[in-house]
Amino acid sequence: MSMNKKEYELLNETVYTKVLPNGLTVILLPKKEYSKTYAIFSTKYGSIDDTFIPLNKKEKVTVPKGIAHFLEHKLFEKEGYDVFSKFSEFGASANAFTSFTKTAYLFSASDNISENIETLIDFVQEPYFSDESVEKEKGIIEQEIKMYDDNPGWQSFTGTVQALFHNYPIIHDIAGTVDSIMQITKDDLYTCYDTFYHPQNMVLFVAGPIDEEKIMTLIENNQADKSFEEQHPIERFFPEEREDVAIKNHTIHMPVSIPKCTVGIKEIWQRTSSKDLLEKEILLRLTLDYLFAKGGKFYEILYEEDLIDSSFSYSSTLETDYGYTFIGGNCVNPDKFAERTKELLLSTKQMKISAEDVNLIKKRRIGLLLRQMNSLEFVANQFVDYHLLDIDFFTMIHEVESMTVEQVNAFLNEWISEERIAICKIVNND
Amino acid sequence: MAHELLTKQNPYHLEMIQTKKYKTNNIVIKLKEPLNKETITKRALLPSLLRNSTKTLHTRQAFARELDELYGAVLRTDTAKKGDHHIISLRLELPNEKYLSADEQLLERAIKLLSDTLYDANVTNNSFDEAIVQREKETLKNRITSVQDDKMAFANQRLIDEMCSEELFSVHTLGYAEDLRAISGKKMFDYYKHVLETNEITIYFVGDFDGIDLERLVGDNVRAKKASEHIRYESSARENVSLRKEAQTIIETEPIHQAKLHLGYRTGVTIADEHYASLQVFNGLFGGFPHSKLFMNVREKHSLAYYAASRIEGHKGLMIVMSGIASEDYEQARQIIEQQLEELRAGEITEQLIAETKQLLVHSVKNTLDNPQGAIEFDYQYRMNNKSCSPEQYIEQINQVTKNDIIARAQEVTLDTVYLLTSESSDVDE
Repeated sequence: MSMNKKEYELLNETVYTKVLPNGLTVILLPKKEYSKTYAIFSTKYGSIDDTFIPLNKKEKVTVPKGIAHFLEHKLFEKEGYDVFSKFSEFGASANAFTSFTKTAYLFSASDNISENIETLIDFVQEPYFSDESVEKEKGIIEQEIKMYDDNPGWQSFTGTVQALFHNYPIIHDIAGTVDSIMQITKDDLYTCYDTFYHPQNMVLFVAGPIDEEKIMTLIENNQADKSFEEQHPIERFFPEEREDVAIKNHTIHMPVSIPKCTVGIKEIWQRTSSKDLLEKEILLRLTLDYLFAKGGKFYEILYEEDLIDSSFSYSSTLETDYGYTFIGGNCVNPDKFAERTKELLLSTKQMKISAEDVNLIKKRRIGLLLRQMNSLEFVANQFVDYHLLDIDFFTMIHEVESMTVEQVNAFLNEWISEERIAICKIVNND
Repeated sequence: MAHELLTKQNPYHLEMIQTKKYKTNNIVIKLKEPLNKETITKRALLPSLLRNSTKTLHTRQAFARELDELYGAVLRTDTAKKGDHHIISLRLELPNEKYLSADEQLLERAIKLLSDTLYDANVTNNSFDEAIVQREKETLKNRITSVQDDKMAFANQRLIDEMCSEELFSVHTLGYAEDLRAISGKKMFDYYKHVLETNEITIYFVGDFDGIDLERLVGDNVRAKKASEHIRYESSARENVSLRKEAQTIIETEPIHQAKLHLGYRTGVTIADEHYASLQVFNGLFGGFPHSKLFMNVREKHSLAYYAASRIEGHKGLMIVMSGIASEDYEQARQIIEQQLEELRAGEITEQLIAETKQLLVHSVKNTLDNPQGAIEFDYQYRMNNKSCSPEQYIEQINQVTKNDIIARAQEVTLDTVYLLTSESSDVDE
C-alpha cells in the first residue's frame, strides 16, 4: 500500500499520509531548505478525558484530575535509562506537552533522524511505571502547579474558563491540583495508557529535510514489530454543558501590581460538526480582527477612552465540544473596561462590515497564515490538530479567500448573546 | 549566505540573508548605542512613538490599514541590553508575493513604510504629540510595574540589580517610573534626533530576493540623510569589574507559593573571546539542557524543582542559574547546585556527555538559523562586537573544545550573588 501524496502548488508544499495496519496515522512533510527535523507524536488524550471505559473493560471509570499530564511526565522514565539522555546521545532536543484534548511528545534534531524517530516512537510505546517513580514525580509536579499559582496571567486564563463553563472538564487545571495528583497510582497510569495510547488514537508527524520513502519504511517496520490488542472506538463521557455562563462576574484576589480583566465569550458548548467548526473559526477570527486588532473598530474606542494599553490582546480556542474567546489584558480600571467591552459586543447585532473592509481583514488573515507556516513546529501542531477534525490545514488560505461579505455579516449579527458573556478580574488582596 | 552589500556613503550598514526557506520577507533595523541610565527611559519610550504612525500615515488607523494592505504585515519593536550596549530593533515581516494567489507588489511599499517609521516620524513643530506621549508614558509605567507579576523575570532583575549595582549592566531596559514625569513631546523629539544622529544603524533583509535589486530599492526608499560616515561604537571596550572576595546572599520575601532561587556567576568570558565556545559547552554540561547536571540532580534525583537551568549572558560575561523551589528547600537546593559545579571543576565528566553536549549545541545553532529572526540575531551578536563568525566557524569551534577547556572554564567561573525570593513563612499557601 503506498502513501497518499497531496501537493499544494501555490504553497509549494507536498504532504504524504498513511494509516498503518495497526491504526497509526503517519504524516510526512519534506522541507528540504530547513536544516532541522521536527517530529511530534500525539495522542488524542488530554486533561478532559477523565471518565471513560478502559480498554477491554465494560464499566466506566473516573480517574484523578491531572493524570494525563502526570502520565506525560512519567513516560520519560524507563527501567535503566532516561529518555532525555537517549535523545541527547543522538543530538536531539526533546519535549512534551499536555493540553485539554491532546498529549504530545516531540523532538527536533539536525542529525541521526532515524535513530531519533525510533527513540520517540519506542519511548512512547513502551511505558515503565513503578510505585517508587510515581511517588518521586509528585514533588516535581507540585512545584509545577505552584509556579502557575504565582502567575497572574495563568490565573486569569483558568478563572475565565471557570466563569464560562458549568461542568465541562476544561474548568479543571490541566496539571490537576496538589491534592488530586497525590491520589494517582501506578495502576491508574496503566489504565489510562492502555486505553489512550493505542496507535488507533495517535498521529505521528515528521517535518524536515527528510526522504519520505525512507522514513515511512522505518516507521512501518518499527510498528510491524509490535503487537497491539484490537481496540474498539474509545468511549469517553462528558457532562452536559449549558449555553449560559456559570459565573457572570468572577473576581480572583491575588498579589498583582496591575489588575487584569478578561471578557470571555462562550462560543461552543455542544457537539459541532467539523464543517461548521471550520467555518465558524474563520468567521470568528475575521470578526475579531475587524473589531479588536490595533486600528480596529472597538480597539480604537477602548483606546481613546483610556481603557486598554499595549498588553491588550484577544484569542479564541474552538474544538468540536467547547470553544471560547478571550478579550482583555492589564486594566487599571477593570470594571469600566468590562462594562464598555460588553456594551460594544452587544452592539454587533446591528453592525455591518463593508466589502472593502472584509477584503482587508481577509488579506490580514492570509498574511498571518503565511507567517505561521515559517515555523515547522507551528505547522506540525496545527496540521495534526486540524487533521483530527478532518480539516486540511494547507487549504486554510483558500477557505479564508472563499468567505463572502454576506457570510461575515451574518455571523457578526448572530455572534453575541448576553448570557454567553462572562467577566473575570484579577485584583489585589485587600 | 549573508553578504555585505555596500555602505561607505550611507549612515547605515546593510546586510542581506538570501534564503528560499520562508514564505515571508523580514526587514529589521537595529539601533545601537552605549547604555546610559540618564536616557534609558526615553529610549524605552521611543519605539512606542514610532511604531503606530508616520508623518504620512499620521493616525493609528491609517497606519494599521497600510499594514493590512500589505497582507497583515507585522511591525514589532523591542529593546535589549547587550553587555554595555542597548539595541532597539524595528522588525517588519510581510508575505513573499509569490505565495499569494493575487498578483501583488509589496516589498518596495514595505521598505518605504519601515523607513518612514524610523526616519519620518509623526512629529510637528519639533515635538511628538503630547497626548500620545502621555498615553505611552502610562503604558510604559504599567509595564515597568508589572515586572513584579512575573516572578522569574523579577528575581532575575533583582539579582542583576544587586550583582552589578556598580556597573552599567544594572540599568533597567524598560527605564524607570520616576524618570517618566519629566518627559515631554519636545524632549522625546530631541532624543529622537540624537538617536538618528548618533546611533549605529544596521538594516537586515532575510528572505528570497532572487532577481530583486535590493540595493536600489533601499537606496530609493530609505530616507536616511547621506551626510556622515556611518557610526561605529567600539563594543569590545568593557568596564573593569572588581570581583567580590566572597559571594553575597540576598534574601527577600513576598507572599508567593514558589520560591525563586537565582545564582549569578562571573564567567570572565564574553562572546568576543576565544574561550566562548568552551564556555558554551561548559554551560551545556552544567545547566543548559535536560541532560545537564542541574536538571538531572535538582529535579530528577531530588525532586526539588520543576525547572533548574543555567544560561550564559554572552555580552556581559555572566552565567545565571534559575530554579523554582519550595521555600523550605533553599539550603538543600543551593548546596546541590554548588555541588554540581564543584564536580565539573574536579573534572567529573565523561567524554560521552561532552560529545552529546556538543551535538546539542550544534543543533541549537541550526535550529536558530531555521528562524528568520534567529538568523539575524546570530549574525548581529558578532557584528555588534565588530567581529564576524559564520555558523560553520562557530560549529567548528564547538567541536574543537576539549575536556581541559571545560574544566578551565568551570574553575574560572566565580559565584558573585545568590538571590532568593521566598515566602514569609514556609506554610504560606494552604
